[in-house]
Amino acid sequence: MLLEYGTVFIILACVFGFFMAWGVGANDVANAMGTSVGSGALTIRQAVIIAAVFEFAGAWLAGGQVTQTIRSGMVDPAIMAGTPELLVFGMLASLLAAGTWLLVASFFGWPVSTTHSIVGAIVGFAAVGIGVEVVEWGKVGRIAMSWVISPLLAGMIAFALFRSVQILILDTRDPFGNARRFVPAYIFLAAFVTALVTLLKGLTHLGLQLSTFETYGVATAVGIVVTAFGVRAIRRIKMDPDAERSFHFSSVEKVFGVLMLVTACAMAFAHGSNDVANAVGPLAAVVSVVQSGGVVDARSAMPIWILILGGVGIVVGLVTYGHKVIATVGTGITQLTPSRGFAATLAAAMTVVMASGTGLPISTTHTLVGGVLGVGMARGIAAINLGVVRTIFLSWIVTLPAGAILAIIFFFGLKGAFGYAG
Amino acid sequence: MSPKNFVYDLFGRSPVRPLQTHMDKVQTCVAELPAFFDAACAQDWVRAEQSQQRIARLENEADELKKALRLQLPKGMMLAMSRRDVLEVLTVQDRIANVAKDIAGLILGRRMRFPANMIEDLKDYLARSIDAVRQAGRIVHELDELVEAGFRGHEVDVVNDMLKELDSIEHDTDTIQRRVRESLFGQEAELPPVDVMFFYRVIDDIGDMADEAQRVGSRLQLMLAR
Repeated sequence: MLLEYGTVFIILACVFGFFMAWGVGANDVANAMGTSVGSGALTIRQAVIIAAVFEFAGAWLAGGQVTQTIRSGMVDPAIMAGTPELLVFGMLASLLAAGTWLLVASFFGWPVSTTHSIVGAIVGFAAVGIGVEVVEWGKVGRIAMSWVISPLLAGMIAFALFRSVQILILDTRDPFGNARRFVPAYIFLAAFVTALVTLLKGLTHLGLQLSTFETYGVATAVGIVVTAFGVRAIRRIKMDPDAERSFHFSSVEKVFGVLMLVTACAMAFAHGSNDVANAVGPLAAVVSVVQSGGVVDARSAMPIWILILGGVGIVVGLVTYGHKVIATVGTGITQLTPSRGFAATLAAAMTVVMASGTGLPISTTHTLVGGVLGVGMARGIAAINLGVVRTIFLSWIVTLPAGAILAIIFFFGLKGAFGYAG
Repeated sequence: MSPKNFVYDLFGRSPVRPLQTHMDKVQTCVAELPAFFDAACAQDWVRAEQSQQRIARLENEADELKKALRLQLPKGMMLAMSRRDVLEVLTVQDRIANVAKDIAGLILGRRMRFPANMIEDLKDYLARSIDAVRQAGRIVHELDELVEAGFRGHEVDVVNDMLKELDSIEHDTDTIQRRVRESLFGQEAELPPVDVMFFYRVIDDIGDMADEAQRVGSRLQLMLAR
């Protein structure tokens, strides 16, 4: 069976995976980048370029762990060893189900998460199509827990970040001077954390082995280099007395604009590291099963070209459609000044990168929502629509069974189509 | 796929800008009063009526803005300031425009003739009262900075200083009001009694504008206190 249809399976998986990655790039990236455009720190063109570069880098450099989880963390490979075809069908069905559900949801404008769809789909096909005992419920439980914890964590980090900005900069007698003094520290923090987590967890598949000391050293170096660029950009910002008259913080916000640029890069990187796995994980599973001739092995190395395919898919989605979504989001959020946008985005980026490091697939959007709420809690945002927050969190509950049911249907459909009897 | 996005939807429309727009409208409405008063004192009722029409129209527009803002603050909004305070400030702001309209309507309707020796004082009084409204407007315009700073720190001191200034302006109007009333009291026996009644009414109304302006300020102070 596998030998007979091996190439077909791989091609199908590539097509479905690319479709899914396209969807992620078209829709999800806007959530990650929209805040930067909305706060006026980036133009749409800049946002698309940054997103393309850093999404790809994130997927390639730090996307391995989460891909591993999606691919083999939730379903016990030992039980499936005798019937590798089922895993192939299941993963194909999951990709198709998640992609379809995202398309339907986007059509109706429902706020669903790509992560939730794919996890729901995989758990669905495994539990119903094969057997409840195949699902690693402990691991799935941890993933579900992380969906609750990640927005909370992002909210707390955002709250702390924004409070520190208030205390150090905004609430002082000389906000502009203090902004120039302290913003480089935030730039360093953003670059350092992103680099550190990536180095700690992500780079083994590139054949890069660093000691703990070296890791911290390299992360610090990255932080310093990025900060140096930031300081240069900040030096160029002058007080603008005209703008100051209508809004006292306008020059301060320009300084934060530099920071927002760095944060946007970190966010795109984080998003690439986590969300690309949604599309690429099942694809990786199919490829490894087919190429190894039916051995369901969790430990086999993942070919780099798969991550690259995912990264390219995201970029294509972004360029063909995502820029429109970023434009709508970006022009809509006028409430988000760079100082607030940075706190929310950096909190989300740090949470996501950390989750990527531990291999947990979390929803970038929900994490970002948590970050925005955190800034709101610090009384930094004039109005937040709690009705939308409710809708977003309700969509969790709907997405899991929806993804599962679709996956089950496609699973049996594929089995029938290939005439598989076992 | 429609380019609809829920992170964008997350941000409810801020009440700060509409509140400021409303206050601006109220200020333009009030700022029309001196011109009206000049015309009335000169007994130029044609010009006074045009001016009164403008005031009435501006008051109407302020009303519309008030309604729009009220509709835009549903329960499910997490606001940086208390919903009640926002609505209260709005109501008080709107009352300033109402009083301005009343003053103009009353003077025009009764073709009032103030005693010549009072006119100078009355103009001062009106101007100071309008100063109070303008100061309140200035404070309302600090709201976006307050949100930015999370209602804490240095910005709060700035606003508190402005509030003190508003209080002292309001105190001035009280002093002038006392003077105007005394001057009216001294000559009320020689004037038609019904006219005197309405003179007092106009004097009170002008003072009310400053009082309401001060109330806008104290509501904003409550926002700071939370």
